[in-house]
Amino acid sequence: MTTDSQRRRHMIDLDDVDAEEIEEILTTTESMKEVLSREMKQVPALRGRNVVNMFFEDSTRTRISFELAARALSANVVSFSARGSSVEKGESLVDTVRTLQSLGADVVVMRHGESGAPYLVARHFHGSVINAGDGCHAHPTQALLDLFTIRERLGQIRDIKVVIVGDILHSRVARSDIWGLTRMGANVTLCAPPTLLGHSKYWLHTWPGLSISHDLDAAIKGADVVMALRLQKERMQAGLLPSLREYTRAYGITPERLAQLGERTLIMHPGPMNEGVEISPEAATSPNSVIEAQVTNGVAVRMALLYRLAG
Amino acid sequence: MKERKQILTADDIRRALVRIAHEIDERNGGLQDVILVGIPRRGVPIAERIASAIADFEGVQVPVGQLDITLYRDDLRMRGPAAQMHKTSIQPDITGKTVVFVDDVLYTGRTVRAALDAIADLGRPSCIQLAVLIDRGHRELPIRADFVGKNVPTARSERVMVHLRECDGADEVLIERTSK
Repeated sequence: MTTDSQRRRHMIDLDDVDAEEIEEILTTTESMKEVLSREMKQVPALRGRNVVNMFFEDSTRTRISFELAARALSANVVSFSARGSSVEKGESLVDTVRTLQSLGADVVVMRHGESGAPYLVARHFHGSVINAGDGCHAHPTQALLDLFTIRERLGQIRDIKVVIVGDILHSRVARSDIWGLTRMGANVTLCAPPTLLGHSKYWLHTWPGLSISHDLDAAIKGADVVMALRLQKERMQAGLLPSLREYTRAYGITPERLAQLGERTLIMHPGPMNEGVEISPEAATSPNSVIEAQVTNGVAVRMALLYRLAG
Repeated sequence: MKERKQILTADDIRRALVRIAHEIDERNGGLQDVILVGIPRRGVPIAERIASAIADFEGVQVPVGQLDITLYRDDLRMRGPAAQMHKTSIQPDITGKTVVFVDDVLYTGRTVRAALDAIADLGRPSCIQLAVLIDRGHRELPIRADFVGKNVPTARSERVMVHLRECDGADEVLIERTSK
């Protein structure tokens, strides 16, 4: 039971969300999914509330997903990207947020290139802040939709083996997923080339239960979930990788590795995919793939969060 | 000091629900288009019990669904924490059917108002009726019940507590007074 004083105002990362609260969010998500399955996909829960999507980085799916979620709850939604806004004229983040507050925003959903930017916004905003991705730091709604999808498909999260493979060092998705998965009792293995992982001490200091591997073929043995991360092309230019082909051979979900997976092993990807690089088209469209379900579930998860924060 | 008094026993509850089951049958001249829709939490087991009473005397199984009204409440802003939701599961086509809402206690009528909004988003029943185990008065909206197990005159300061096997381990209805 949540009491008034414990009520959450912001969702910036999963590090301050315990297993019980995650469980409640996932249960609420089930109800929201039922709403989305109706012919009439709208309920009045947030009628008259103003939700502002503030995106300082490009995004298609996350932004549309949040917009649809807010609309399905009958909120008023305004989205803006940094391009063409006063931000280009040099308005600071804090000024922007104060302006949104004066305009009557109740919830700010934000994506920003700088890690930690949502904390700054939360300090200057009286409503709720939802982090839709900040720098290399966190992407909690992605992690929650991953948890929901895993539970929906496998029936549980506790004690399952999850392999996260790819550019973990720069991934906000990986960090939020690690918080969520470990809180829910999953066993997590990180698999990446050393240049895209950094010091294993860093990871093990925060999450002592993690396993770390540089051998994907060994790591996927007995895995219940294999989650591939997007490889940013600029990592190549930074000299962190010898070549894309080499990366794919060692760390891609190739048709050969697909054949090694168990029948019930889930393949996940937060999108957008570089098909043929971190994941082959065969793997992305195989029966093991739940990538489309992740996108669908994203709307329901975001409805659940908007409702819990602003309802 | 809190003082509790039992106003319905397990047997009283059973008899009241059997009577409601007969009344639903009579009022609608049969049960072919009737769907019972429980409002969580305690409306749901009550709806199931009415359905099983109907099955006993009429030999037909009327469909039972449940309707969560959390997202349709008019007091969301006034409440502290976001209320935990329940499942909604109703047969797909309710248009043209007779929907009977089932709840444990009818009080202000606001839950029923929310249920009317919620059901309208799912289809267009030809008729909606309301069955409650207890009507305790103090309506704030122009809503009344079609089938009532027991009318209980109460003061607003009193609490009516419906306990059911399925949720609470035992069947009884209590009224709680706070005396000075």
